[in-house]
Amino acid sequence: MNVSLILIILLIGAFATYFVGDKLASKVALFFSLAALGCSLVLLSHFNAGENISLINAWITQPKISFALNADGLAISMLLLTVALTPIIIFSSFGNEYKNAKGFYALILFMAFAMTGTFLAADGLLYYIFWELALIPIYFIALIWGNGDVDERRKAVVKFFIYTLAGSLFMLTAFIYLYTKAGSFLIEDLYKVDLSATEQLWIFLAFFLAYAIKIPIIPFHTWQANVYQKAPTVGTMLLSGIMLKMGLYSVIRWQLPIAPLAAKEYMNIFIALGIAGVIYGSIVALRQKDLKKLLAYSSLAHVGLIAAGSYTLTIDGLRGAVLQMIAHGFVVVGLFFAAEIIFRRFETREIAQLGGIRIQSPKFTSMFLILVLASVALPSTFNFVGEFTVLYSLSQINIWFAILGGTTIILGAYYMLKMFQGVMLGETNSKTFADVSVNEGISLVVIIAVLLFFGFYPKPITDLITPSLETILNVISKN
Amino acid sequence: MDTNLALVLVLAPFLGFLINVFFGKSLGKTVSGIIGTASVVVSFLVTLFFFNQITQTQKAIQVTLFDWIQISNFSINLGFLLDQLSVLWLLFVTGIGSLIHIYSISYMHDDENMHKFFSYLNLFVFFMITLVIGSNLLVLFIGWEGVGLCSYLLIGFWYKNQDYNDAAKKAFIMNRIGDLGLLIGMFIIGSMFSTLDYSTLQTAVAAAKEASTLNLPLLGIAALCLFIGACGKSAQIPLYTWLPDAMAGPTPVSALIHAATMVTAGIFMITRLNFVFDLAPEVQNIIAIVGAITSLVAATIGLVQTDIKKVLAYSTVSQLGLMFLALGLGAYEVAVFHVITHAFFKACLFLGSGSVIHGLHGEQDMRKMGGLRKAMPITFWTMLVSSLAISGVPFFSGFFSKDEILLTAFHGSIPLYVIGSVASIMTAFYMFRLMFLTFFKDFRGTEEQKHHLHESDGLITFPLMILAVLATFGGLISLPGNSWLNSYLAPLFAEASGEAHHLGATEYALMGVAVVGGLLGIFIAYIKYFKQDNVPEADENITGIAKVLYNKYYVDEFYDAVFVRSVNAISRFFRDYVETSLSALVFGLGKVTNEIGYQGKKLQSGSIGLYLFAFVLGLCAIVSYIFLAQ
Repeated sequence: MNVSLILIILLIGAFATYFVGDKLASKVALFFSLAALGCSLVLLSHFNAGENISLINAWITQPKISFALNADGLAISMLLLTVALTPIIIFSSFGNEYKNAKGFYALILFMAFAMTGTFLAADGLLYYIFWELALIPIYFIALIWGNGDVDERRKAVVKFFIYTLAGSLFMLTAFIYLYTKAGSFLIEDLYKVDLSATEQLWIFLAFFLAYAIKIPIIPFHTWQANVYQKAPTVGTMLLSGIMLKMGLYSVIRWQLPIAPLAAKEYMNIFIALGIAGVIYGSIVALRQKDLKKLLAYSSLAHVGLIAAGSYTLTIDGLRGAVLQMIAHGFVVVGLFFAAEIIFRRFETREIAQLGGIRIQSPKFTSMFLILVLASVALPSTFNFVGEFTVLYSLSQINIWFAILGGTTIILGAYYMLKMFQGVMLGETNSKTFADVSVNEGISLVVIIAVLLFFGFYPKPITDLITPSLETILNVISKN
Repeated sequence: MDTNLALVLVLAPFLGFLINVFFGKSLGKTVSGIIGTASVVVSFLVTLFFFNQITQTQKAIQVTLFDWIQISNFSINLGFLLDQLSVLWLLFVTGIGSLIHIYSISYMHDDENMHKFFSYLNLFVFFMITLVIGSNLLVLFIGWEGVGLCSYLLIGFWYKNQDYNDAAKKAFIMNRIGDLGLLIGMFIIGSMFSTLDYSTLQTAVAAAKEASTLNLPLLGIAALCLFIGACGKSAQIPLYTWLPDAMAGPTPVSALIHAATMVTAGIFMITRLNFVFDLAPEVQNIIAIVGAITSLVAATIGLVQTDIKKVLAYSTVSQLGLMFLALGLGAYEVAVFHVITHAFFKACLFLGSGSVIHGLHGEQDMRKMGGLRKAMPITFWTMLVSSLAISGVPFFSGFFSKDEILLTAFHGSIPLYVIGSVASIMTAFYMFRLMFLTFFKDFRGTEEQKHHLHESDGLITFPLMILAVLATFGGLISLPGNSWLNSYLAPLFAEASGEAHHLGATEYALMGVAVVGGLLGIFIAYIKYFKQDNVPEADENITGIAKVLYNKYYVDEFYDAVFVRSVNAISRFFRDYVETSLSALVFGLGKVTNEIGYQGKKLQSGSIGLYLFAFVLGLCAIVSYIFLAQ
């Protein structure tokens, strides 16, 4: 048994979903996504028992490209994030009607397939193919099933597509250059390549461009807020919950160990860039009128901190970053879903037109509040574990990094509570807010359970990711 | 056994919270209130058990549950430490907590969301216990932020009113400013000593001090950061402005959270880490000065407030300032002593004011009270006792604890002593101003209210009476020269810092000065508000210094103008200009590419003539290059 099984399930699922037709599409998609989750958990138990679940097959001999899937703890944690969030995301869409549902749900599964591949790939070219493949479904999802004015939407989505594609081309160039040096695309060969400091810097920057746009790190973030707003909520969840983690994960997996000299030399600059994102994103979030846009900027702030943690090149920084990636994935999906639940009832996301929900639906309010508190990293939520570890790692590099990055706990509380007050509290809204349905409730409860459980007991995840992060740090320190 | 009992202690209120959250509405108001109360009483009983055990064995109980957060050079447990300090704190947290729960059954009975009130209150007690009982700084931090959350929920309990919601939000955000300080302090300590565990830390600090490898300046910075955290939670300058606004919450909340327990968390934390603060004398000086100034500033504001709860709120800030003054002078046990007596009399005062407000159907303005003495005798007498205690009238509890603080200040620094004494005189004045305006002379409210005046029921008066007894006799735990409290707490402190003051001539003289000062304050209030029958002016008629004081030195306005507005202005600037120009830049790059393509397209015009011309031109260039190059 190896991890290719998950890819096969997701790919077959995508086709099956398309062929069963519009009526059954959503259920079939949910079935396959749950199957992928179940198999991943089985694989996890195999992995924990010490079994090798990786796969390396020669694919193309000239140039030497392999079909290599490497399942170490880090990759598995990301795999689990993907296959755990996918069913939640699919299930959350059950309250909506989509035209051409078979296409819609097939694209979701296809995207999950491509993202899983990106996390697992251990061959540069294979990785690149998956990376770009993931862009196609989200492009269509956002373009076809998005909301708002068609022209504006097209403008935003096309910009996103071209922009990320352009960034990735630099990465491709870097891979080709590396291939000329190493004679292979296999990641372990790339780790061993002997590069001069200047070469490393160029490689590092080429990777950076691809990742900075995807994550996004300021000032490469301008596509984000508009796409998050225009895409259907399912698309926003896929983007913010999983896809942006591809960029963060790739920093740890590819960028740092391949160009460690550059990483060490320019560490402070990139940490500073991440922290600038924290402050900038938080401040911009303060005065957003649209709920989804506000959440987009809050996401910008959070991933800035994760990126800063990754660039510290310390075990605390990397571990905190990965923990926070997972925690952020869940909380952001929960928050966007809450926004969707509100939209289903009020048909607006303008914060000024909301309010007065608490009095009508205390249950929903409680769940929304827990998500808000997780987002501001209240201790006992999963997000605190990651944020604490990352901030600690920053304080070990320079105490000012921790102080500036730590402003997120003040500014985050400010914009999130302000939003909460505007959206939920106050006198009764003139529109009626029907209480959350069972389906909606299930998704939110699952997310909250995950956030609270790992808030107190993050050990299983820490134990899973730590060995592989240490291996990566060894590669970095050797060069 | 100890582990299980400790878990019962912590989890009982949490269970109460869960029951009330999920079933509270269907259980009905009374049952919900009883469950909420019972869960805290259980914790109180377990605390009594531990208290008994600790006074006998003198041994701290350490409970480790499991690994929580893993850091490179150390790991952080979820664990408890039950020693003299935490058990003492738990005693009054759960004890006063129980009383306030009982009180709330009656006080909140008319509220449709009573079960929610009890669930929040239970959750608060759970987090407060976690804060106190944690065996390391990070578990303390769970409680620390958790009580902040409950404070947020309870201040904004009447969430339909957006002003209350603003007050709740302000409290949370201001606390978070302090929390960042606390976090940074933890980071420094963690990297210096590779632990956040109290007992390990104490050993590590002592060892490093012994080996002279201690980086004292860095430790000082850590202590300063921790103090910033304490400033947020315990409402000290400059982070105090949230506490008076927090009075928007129901009165039992003000008594429990914003007077007796949560706001003492900062004092708890500093006392817990006394071995760190002892090594940072500069920070201790800062603490003492900040405490003294806070006590004076808050007292001056309290002089002119007309809202009965606002007076008590500023009084709380002022008293907390006195406690910090003691902490800064290294007299931890004195600060703890005042924490306890203050918890008794301030909880009593708040609950009494709640009884008054309840009786007047929500009226909080003292200008519309008066003459309530006859209608509400129990409320009157209990509040009177507590006012005597807070004013430092001899043999009431506050007399002993406040006197200890002033005595310590006198030995430490004369200016601080003077500031503390002045604040104390003011306290006596505004407390009796409150008493005279509320309970004496004629009733100034409406006929309608007058008609309905009545004493509150037993569930409200019973806690008042207990607290009044405690406020009277609480001083007995630490009599000058023969202090049970000092010997009980002695194992916590490295050196017997507060060796019982000899009761010499100076001490008696100082005591006399303090008593005369207190009586003077009461006397002025008597002249002004009883003899001359003054009633504070209506808002628009207040002028001069009184106006500045009435408006709290305009500190809120200052913060608003300097911080809140500038952040919002920057935000708008980023949103409207930076975002759009960055976006335009990306589109600009796209346009440049487009333009190049467009110009290129013109070349591909399909005109054979042009192609041929270019071809010939190119050929000529190549040929001439080949020939010329040779």
